[in-house]
Amino acid sequence: MGRSVKKGPYVEESLLKKIEGQNARNEKRVVKTWSRASTIVPDMVGHTIAVHDGRRHVPIYISEEMVGHKLGEFAPTRTFKGHADKSERSTGMR
Amino acid sequence: MARISGIDLPRDKRIEAALPYIYGIGWPAARQILAQSQVDPDTRVRDLTEEEVSRIREIVDREWRVEGDLRREVQMNIKRLIDIGSYRGLRHRRGLPVRGQRTKTNARTRKGPRRTVGAKKKK
Repeated sequence: MGRSVKKGPYVEESLLKKIEGQNARNEKRVVKTWSRASTIVPDMVGHTIAVHDGRRHVPIYISEEMVGHKLGEFAPTRTFKGHADKSERSTGMR
Repeated sequence: MARISGIDLPRDKRIEAALPYIYGIGWPAARQILAQSQVDPDTRVRDLTEEEVSRIREIVDREWRVEGDLRREVQMNIKRLIDIGSYRGLRHRRGLPVRGQRTKTNARTRKGPRRTVGAKKKK
């Protein structure tokens, strides 16, 4: 079920404050955040936000189309490089 | 011949059951259309009058997104997810389930027929 409209979209307070501060001073610096659950709001468009993926902060450039999605959607948390190579594994076993 | 929004015309079915042959119209939508156009859902397609057909056709054309247009819309939505680099787009690109289902087993609808991978048995 979706979030109540009454509350508005969830955005981490501190993150929103930083973005708005930058907008007010007309600057664009990378903002680090752990708040993957925050919704991307129109204020963030054009900024680069470094979203934590559990290991490091992945810089994400926010475009207009991303509005309404959550920050975490753009910083994958899993690294899967495929299964071990067949030949490599079977020779290793011998 | 009842031909509504393109190429659809199953003849011997009740109109209520025939409308869902159109991509984008299911049973609930079919019932709604028939109520709105005041056609009896139980009439067979071949027994529909020209006038009834055109009433249905008009409602479908005016108020429903069906067939090619709908397919295109769905494709556009998927393309958008891929282009913005979101997690859901990534799952679409890889042909894996998008909504958090498990992939250790099952997920065959998205992954297609089984392809065995993995190490050869050691001798």
